[in-house]
Parts: sequence; C-alpha cells; structure tokens
Amino acid sequence: MAQTVLLVGTRKGCFVLESDADRKDWQIRGPYCEGWPVYHAVHDPDTDAIFAAAASEWHGAGVWRSGDLGETWELSSEGLSYDDDGPKLSKISGLTAAHGRVLAGVETAGVFESRDGGATWSLLSRLDGQPLREDWDDPAKQPPGHLGLPAILPHPDEASRFWAVVQGIGIFETTDDGASFTPRNRGLRADWPLENPEVGYCVHKLVMSPVDHERLYQQNHVGMHRSDDGAQSWVEITDGLPTEFGFAAAAHPHDRDTFYVIPLDPGHGRCMPEGEAAVWRTRDAGSTWQRLDRGLPQRDAHLGVLREGLAIDTLDVPGLYFGTSTGQVFASADEGESWNEIASYLPAISSVEVAVVG
Amino acid sequence: MAELHLPTTLPPLFPGLPRRLDVDAATVAAAIEHLDERWPGLRDRLCEPGPALRRHINVYVDRERAGLDTPLEPRSRVDVIAAISGG
Repeated sequence: MAQTVLLVGTRKGCFVLESDADRKDWQIRGPYCEGWPVYHAVHDPDTDAIFAAAASEWHGAGVWRSGDLGETWELSSEGLSYDDDGPKLSKISGLTAAHGRVLAGVETAGVFESRDGGATWSLLSRLDGQPLREDWDDPAKQPPGHLGLPAILPHPDEASRFWAVVQGIGIFETTDDGASFTPRNRGLRADWPLENPEVGYCVHKLVMSPVDHERLYQQNHVGMHRSDDGAQSWVEITDGLPTEFGFAAAAHPHDRDTFYVIPLDPGHGRCMPEGEAAVWRTRDAGSTWQRLDRGLPQRDAHLGVLREGLAIDTLDVPGLYFGTSTGQVFASADEGESWNEIASYLPAISSVEVAVVG
Repeated sequence: MAELHLPTTLPPLFPGLPRRLDVDAATVAAAIEHLDERWPGLRDRLCEPGPALRRHINVYVDRERAGLDTPLEPRSRVDVIAAISGG
C-alpha cells in the first residue's frame, strides 16, 4: 500500500512524518541528523534515498543521506568546499535529486553535484561570467544575511537543463549542464534601482507544472509571476492576493493552471497577515485567487512559512503540507479545501517535502 | 603517544570513534590526519579550507591554546573543545 512520507527539515534536525494514502493519521519519527540545523531535506524518487542539507555551527556544512527512509543516516561533505584560497562555503541551502545525481545549491553562491548518492561531491559551476557576477561575493554589496544559491529546478526530461536561483539576483538557465547560463528574469518587477536590467531580482521560490514544462510560477519578493515559455518571460499575477510577498509556492501535479502560495506580511515580521492563517490557490493560472483556510487557525496565528515550507503530493486528489517557523505542520488531503494540524511542537521548520513510496 | 580528548558532538558522527584515544603524531594537524584516515571526513568536521581550525573549534595542548601546527610531545594531552554556545 502506498505510504505518504513527509520530510521536515528543522532547526534541530530532520523529522519524518508517515501516513498511508488516506493521509489522516500521521506518525512522527526523529529528530535525525544529530540535531544539526537542516535547511532542506529531499527524496530521490529513483532510489528512495533521502538527502538533508545541514550546517552545524561547530562542525560545518554537509549533506546527510539515508537509504532506509530515515532509519539510519550518514554524513558527507567530501568535495563540498571551495579551494583553499576561494570563498567560504557556509551553508548548503537547497538540494535537488534528478537524472541520477544530486545537485546542491550553496552559499557562497555555487552549484555542486554528487553522482554517487551523496558520498562525494564536486563543484559544477559558480555561474562565472554572469552580469555583475563579481559583485555577488562582495560583503559590502549584500543584503543582511548572505547571498547564496538556494534553489535548483531541474528540467524533468532534459538532464543537462536546469534553472538556478541566486538570492537577490534572479534566475539563470543552463542547457549544457552548467557550462553556460543565461539570465531568465525578463518581465520581473524590481522596486529598487537596477545597475543591469538582466539581474537584480529577488526570486523566493520557483516551481514548474509537472504536466506542462513551459509553465512556471514564482513567488518573488515583489509579486507572484507566471511564465508560459519556460522562464523566457514573466507576467505578474499578484492581483487578488492579500500581499505581494511570501516565500513558499507549489504547483498542482495534474493541472497546469492550479498553483498555491502563502502570502505573508512584507515587512520585517513576515508572518501571515492579521494573524489569520491561509493558503491561497488559483485555478486559472493567476487570473483569480481563492483563500483556503478551513481548519487553519484564524486568531493570533502569526505563522511564518519559508521558501521550502510548502509541498504537494502526486496522488489523484493531491494533498498539501506546510510547516511553520513555530514548528507546526498542517496538512490537507483535499487539494487545500480543508486542513488539519498534524504536528504541533517541532523545532522551527525550514522545509517540507513529500514523497509517495511503495 | 599524545592523549586526545574529543567533544561529545563528534562520536555520533563516526561509528566507533571514542571520546578519548592515543595518537602518535608530531603536531595537532598530524593528529587530526591520523583520525581522518581511520574515520574519513573527521578532518572536515574540525577544519575548514586553508586549512584552519573551524571558528568554533578550539584545541588545547597541555592546557595551552594551540593551532594546527602546534607540536605534540609524546605524553601531551590534547583537548579538542567545541565552543559552548547555542540554544
């Protein structure tokens, strides 16, 4: 019988939540990864392996891997560093398993790959030569925090093609496995001066429709955007949402026009507006939006959800899941129409991913 | 043989690694290399490229603050300390 598995990355390790296809009753296992902060945990559908990007304040950054759905884990950072005289690799921000390898987006910005199931890693690209690239590693030109490469979106059919997101800079596409990249930010909005119109965009989350690979959506620092031409150009679809800001987003597995976001207050608080929790959905590619809040707390719920904090499964009636910065996981087994709190007291959540196995 | 004492955070990462062990090495760096040969990846948990000790890892040789190139005597005591921090 199919098993639904949630991988929850938290500030104190990785947790695994399990249910059957009904997705009503959930068991929680963990914490794993020795309580290291886990920024992103993912499942490789080809091998059923789990990978968790982590960084310890004391012992540095690494990727934990498990071949038995989290029962046992191994850590490796072999090859996950720049040269002795290069920049510092402070964090592995995002992982992607596709086409027989694992890609890691890291901070300082770069892409590493592993072709042996996470045992060893090598640098694939630092996106050298991109517009204003020389500024990316300059601390004087960075926002609070760091400038990293938090996300890589692989093309489902073309192994050498993927899109990389660089924080505060934008999206870059490669079709030759990282040998060259092209900025893909045309049509995006920036509410700040741009030195070069090709770059300088704050892309928070990039997703692709599994049924139409030309259809992409993104939650940006300023607005929601859609592409109908594989990220060659973007149109804004923010109208109808309570705020233009947010981090998390998810594309429906069976319908190209259905897309989910979690709008947040755009100030420094970055929580759900008015303390009322809601996920928003469009069924017409962003022309109209519906608020989905049945079962979600509607009072004093100052919840934050980060870029990897929302996931959607691939079942016939897809389930949605989001994890909060205050340690709750909410789940919907009916495409977001109604929600249940399935974990209440986890550490602060960085990521939620879902897999249907067995 | 130098007497090496490791922080509690390390043994869970490397099966069979004890908190205390004897190492025949001329320097702190050589002692860490010895450990890395038997428990691959251990060096990366203590050192960053440079190489240098990680920011929150401190090493003391015979109770004196030490670096990677600090020499070890045959009966030196080496304490590897993870900084006390976090919450």
